[in-house]
Amino acid sequence: MKFAEKAVIMNASEMNRAIKRMAHEIIEANKGTENLVLLGVQRRGVPLARTLGEAIKAVEGHDVPQGALDITFYRDDLSTLGPTPKVSSTEMPFDVTGKIIILVDDVLYTGRTVRAALDVIMDWGRPEAIRLAVLVDRGHRELPIRPDFVGKNVPTSQREIIKVKVKEFDDKAEVVVGEVEAE
Amino acid sequence: MILQSKDVLGLEDLSAEEILGVLEIASRFRAVFDRPVRSVPIMRGRTVVNFFHEPSTRTRISFELAEKRLSADIVNFSTATSSFSKGETLRDTAENLAAMKIDMLIIRHSSAGAARYLAKVLKCSVINAGDGAHEHPTQGLLDIMTMRQRLGDLRGKKVTIIGDISHSRVARSNIWGLNKLGAKVTLCGPPTMVPSGLARLGVEIEYDLKKAVADADVLNVLRIQLERHSSKAFPGNREYHRMYGITDEVVRTLKPKAFVMHPGPMNRDVEISSTVADGPRQVILDQVANGVAVRMALIYLLSGGDPGALSGGQE
Repeated sequence: MKFAEKAVIMNASEMNRAIKRMAHEIIEANKGTENLVLLGVQRRGVPLARTLGEAIKAVEGHDVPQGALDITFYRDDLSTLGPTPKVSSTEMPFDVTGKIIILVDDVLYTGRTVRAALDVIMDWGRPEAIRLAVLVDRGHRELPIRPDFVGKNVPTSQREIIKVKVKEFDDKAEVVVGEVEAE
Repeated sequence: MILQSKDVLGLEDLSAEEILGVLEIASRFRAVFDRPVRSVPIMRGRTVVNFFHEPSTRTRISFELAEKRLSADIVNFSTATSSFSKGETLRDTAENLAAMKIDMLIIRHSSAGAARYLAKVLKCSVINAGDGAHEHPTQGLLDIMTMRQRLGDLRGKKVTIIGDISHSRVARSNIWGLNKLGAKVTLCGPPTMVPSGLARLGVEIEYDLKKAVADADVLNVLRIQLERHSSKAFPGNREYHRMYGITDEVVRTLKPKAFVMHPGPMNRDVEISSTVADGPRQVILDQVANGVAVRMALIYLLSGGDPGALSGGQE
């Protein structure tokens, strides 16, 4: 599969502004950062959660605990997976019971990743609440899931692909929309 | 895909890349054991049959736990309680199982090649849980996993395997796997149990225990299979212990970081003294824990699981 970029829909500073706004919304909705933890979904949700944590710290003055979630063993499509080996792991350096978890992912699409992530969290304990923060909501949900904090809503067709690039994995931060080209 | 074949029959068939790929996934499954909920739902609705044609406690329980922790449905049967005792052939039994639509067969059999034979006849995946004196790939993988946890890259590391090599499928799987990962393997034991022809597998043979362990990074101490020695290959347990037993005295001569492994079940004070078996230099219980993780990884990978196509945003 070849991916042809069509347009940049967020550049680095636009991403930054969106994340800062989301940080403020999270603090406001939660009335502070008490009991708050950030959980990034592997892989690109993890650096986004880190940036979000820094933005929250800049406002509130203290660190918010961070974790990382790998959902591979909770997927609903065991037999249709593709062959690109990337290995990541779940890191849960706190007890989730009683916490308010902000689940962070880059793109919200069908909702299946979030469904799997919810199951992973429940197997670690019983949080007080789980909220969902995504940088891009591109629509086309297949499950009854909606985000609480959104960086940008991007109407897409199902043929299109949204790519969130982050410094850690892609050398630059931006969000691009593209299409899969037939070979 | 990490595994090229639908079956795992022996480490002889696996490439170094496949072995390392399985161990990588296994290390992720190990992390699952530390959670309050120790299973993941990925194999829901898949059926795995454990077919043990030879007594086994550790391996059978380890496979069963691995399957349960993947949420697979399990059927267990062993020879004593099956139609085997009525004279049904291995192939007929297996084909009947396959007709009932199973996804995977785990087989332990006293004949070398039994797993390979079934893998050829059946469409479902087959994992060899030990076939005769041929191979015991999951034990080989868990041994290698345990070594890598302590030593990292095994290239150039020296592993000495001590005991009844000629009857040992564990030794054979260790030799294949370790050679592929670039470790240097030395075999040691009484000449009646360590035929010199084994050197063809690319290993050193040293009959003197002191020399064999002097510069070793790992001692893998095999069980003396007392039940297989009707015609004794050695004079007696006490004599074996005196010459080849791993005692405190032997451990004192080891390199400071070298450690002792044993696949179990142990004959205390035959191949390994109790003080070593309970001492600070052994990693036996690590091996047991890694065994479940390695088996989870194999079952997951053979079922089409893939470490890639992960989490990301949109699939």
